[in-house]
Amino acid sequence: MESTLDIFVKAIFSENMIFAYFLGMCSYLAVSKTVKTAVGLGAAVIFVLTVTVPVNYLLENYVLNEGALAWISEDYATLDLGFLSFIMFIAVVASMVQLVEMLVEKFAPALYGALGIFLPLIAVNCSILGGALFMQERQYSTIIDATAFSLGSGIGWFVAIVAIAAIREKLRYSNVPGPLRGLGITFIVTGLMGIAFMSFMGIKYGEEVAEDDAKTEVTTAKTDKELENR
Amino acid sequence: MSTEKGSEPLFSKKNKKLITDPLTDNNPVTIQVLGICSALAITVQVNQAIVMSLSVLFVIIMGNLIVSLLRNMIPSRIRIIVQLLVVASLVIIVDQVLAAFLPDLSAKLSVFVGLIITNCIIMGRLEAFAMGNKPWPSILDGLGNGLGYGAILIIVAVFRELFGSGTLMGYSIFGNSLPGEESGLYTLGYQNNNLMILPPMALIITGIIIWVQRTRNKALIEEH
Repeated sequence: MESTLDIFVKAIFSENMIFAYFLGMCSYLAVSKTVKTAVGLGAAVIFVLTVTVPVNYLLENYVLNEGALAWISEDYATLDLGFLSFIMFIAVVASMVQLVEMLVEKFAPALYGALGIFLPLIAVNCSILGGALFMQERQYSTIIDATAFSLGSGIGWFVAIVAIAAIREKLRYSNVPGPLRGLGITFIVTGLMGIAFMSFMGIKYGEEVAEDDAKTEVTTAKTDKELENR
Repeated sequence: MSTEKGSEPLFSKKNKKLITDPLTDNNPVTIQVLGICSALAITVQVNQAIVMSLSVLFVIIMGNLIVSLLRNMIPSRIRIIVQLLVVASLVIIVDQVLAAFLPDLSAKLSVFVGLIITNCIIMGRLEAFAMGNKPWPSILDGLGNGLGYGAILIIVAVFRELFGSGTLMGYSIFGNSLPGEESGLYTLGYQNNNLMILPPMALIITGIIIWVQRTRNKALIEEH
């Protein structure tokens, strides 16, 4: 079983939303011209992902799955509303974005000023719906795991967009061949960054580490006991 | 656009432009930079790319048609949610059909069928075209953009499958690559380029397509 920390770290690095799955590429390419706006959008994505995925997790497990409605009445125990999941997820995402926008506007006007224009955009950012769909596909066992996954994915997305924005700011001073300017070079740089991020695939997670550590743990446990006995 | 007369022929010059423009100089992927989200992850095999393009084509045409029919009834404040719901219902149909008739491919495409909902091309066309145009031009616009998207998807997939696995649509092109029983080009020492199968190459190939396209049409070159 993967630990919560494994899920979190995996979501940031080796299963990065942008570099491994290309989710949220549209806003990633459109809003990465300066670091400042990239930070704004990245923060908004972390925020919305961390809010919507747990909500969708509850929806998935208490409404949509086969037999999930059993808590209302025994009669509903055989219902499988799984086919409705797309429409429910997107409705949750769209309405949460709206809600978050209103709350932020009311209680944190400064943050609203910073995120303002980006919040409505996020409803159609693939990474948000992608987060919900991956959560559904991977069937995380607890809501804490699902939240760790969503927070990690958000941070991974943030890292990616801020990195490309910084690179694009510097690229402005370089002599890129005409036809590659703008979009073309951004694609290629993103590809190269993706190759760099693939090196994180070497990180050992959960079981692999547990197997390797099993022996050392046994020996350390023994020495601990010996120490206590003394 | 709403001044169009009923007597206009179905395939007038303007309507033809709606189809041909997105295929070349106004391509949704390489020029408008829309819909890349779900485009690149499923270009490892040509089969997947074709199924994905057909799915998007269906959703974009039907979505454009439905939203165009409803355009005068949708209050502008909640239009995004209405559009999302229309698209989501269409995607559910596509997903169920794929799961029923092509279960293997459906499993490979996994979440990316669902992600058609947030495909920016579809939302972009609904918002920019279908909300302000009559049903027939909207259908053509959907057809053009769907084809433009599919074209890029399939070109990328052809490169990745051909050089990555040495096959096209599952049929081997360069001969048998299994160690010990090589045939065709592999006997001469040819190797598949495994890098092509990895995600980053999809981006780099798209970058190169953009490069080629903009070299041929200098008007498209950006000022940084």
